[in-house]
Amino acid sequence: MCLSIPSKIVEIEEDNIAIVETMGVRRKVSLDLMADVVAIGDYVLIHIGFAMGKIDEEDALESLKIYEEMIIAMDEEERRSLIEQDDNCSNRSI
Amino acid sequence: MQDDKALFDIFRHPQTIQALSRKIYQEALKLSQPLKIMEVCGGHTHTIMKYGLKQLLPDTIEFIHGPGCPVCIMPKERIDQAIDLARMRNTILLTLGDMIRVPGSESSLVEERARGCDIRPLYSPMDALKIAAENPTKKVIFFAIGFETTTPMTAALILRADNEKLHNLFFHINHVLVPPAVHAIMDDPQNRIDAFIGPSHVSVITGSKIYEPIAKQYETPVVVSGFEPVDVMEGILQIIAQKNENRSEVEVQYSRAVTRDGNHKAQAMIEQTMNVRDTFRWRGLGDIEHSALQLGENYAHLDAEAVFSQFLSNEPIDDHKLCICGSILKGLAKPNDCTVFGTACTPNSPLGSCMVSSEGSCNAYYRYGNVV
Ligand code: SF4
Repeated sequence: MCLSIPSKIVEIEEDNIAIVETMGVRRKVSLDLMADVVAIGDYVLIHIGFAMGKIDEEDALESLKIYEEMIIAMDEEERRSLIEQDDNCSNRSI
Repeated sequence: MQDDKALFDIFRHPQTIQALSRKIYQEALKLSQPLKIMEVCGGHTHTIMKYGLKQLLPDTIEFIHGPGCPVCIMPKERIDQAIDLARMRNTILLTLGDMIRVPGSESSLVEERARGCDIRPLYSPMDALKIAAENPTKKVIFFAIGFETTTPMTAALILRADNEKLHNLFFHINHVLVPPAVHAIMDDPQNRIDAFIGPSHVSVITGSKIYEPIAKQYETPVVVSGFEPVDVMEGILQIIAQKNENRSEVEVQYSRAVTRDGNHKAQAMIEQTMNVRDTFRWRGLGDIEHSALQLGENYAHLDAEAVFSQFLSNEPIDDHKLCICGSILKGLAKPNDCTVFGTACTPNSPLGSCMVSSEGSCNAYYRYGNVV
């Protein structure tokens, strides 16, 4: 499964690490690949533990609404595993 | 709620797809000849199969499944090298995802792990830093794989390892490049491909500009599409429109994430840490010049290929003789043309690499039936 669900930056820590949240699931990602200044509230695309690009807020919100429908029925555990799978989606290696 | 539903429909609702399908039927009537469209990326292969998109398209549109599966194109000799490294004393070998299941010439990483080698699949390359720091007496080797999407993550790790002066973290680099593979496919005289659906996430990094020479040289439209069914259908419609208007251009359907220029910083980090190899052997496609990367001279001390060269076998190895992955990757055959597809070769006991990864064509056919 490769949804490329947009993730929102909720905290920026030391050492270029950010905490992102996707549909309630939080995890740490590296900002090493981000050229633009990344701010809290920005939406990014995540791949294998890195933010790889920003997504325009309007587009991101639209995508999120779409995914919400799918995810609303899942419990916390399922949700976390889906989102972690999505970050790590091997299809996205291309 | 009503609103959410409507937005959800944009991507998946049958009506939207049906409307696009009708439009495609209409526009396809104007085509002067049938179209062979290659989706370079395994992610698109999955969307096409999973949602049965082929059934929604006229017979004049044919999909050719391309080489965009990093695991499927890894030659056995490189997997054998990973195994050679993992078998060294005091070593931890790290890699990503499906790679550990791919058969080399005699074994796979997962079998070596069962025999006691310390082989760990990573969630993120960054985890390698912690593993190296926690195991100062061991050699920690990152077996790096993937196309342009995954390359900058390795570059970021190299820069961090160098910066933190980690003396025990090494890299075996197998990063490959999309454009040379596309050229290799197009230069095969047996091949006729009329257009490409361009990879989604490679393009986030490289930008859509890397396909411009391809569109021009072969007069093939390239449309970079997202992974959702509607994205793919829209991409196909854009391709047909180009054909009907006699244009061969690069267009971006997936504009919510892809620009013409891509991620400059990621590109610069790759340039700083890696060089293009003279040649690299692709499983199925053979030797392709300038198609892969290696560590740059400044990082030679981190290069597992150089540092541990005496442990590495270097024999080129042929594929299983019944496996036709090569022709499949070139778009010259379909998985069900293979005599052992679904019998001797299944996802649980793959003979060839296209069956191992969820991105591989054989694996997608096996899972979704022979519907394409
Ligand atoms: S079915 Fe198996 S053996 Fe046949 S081409 Fe596919 S991967 Fe190779």
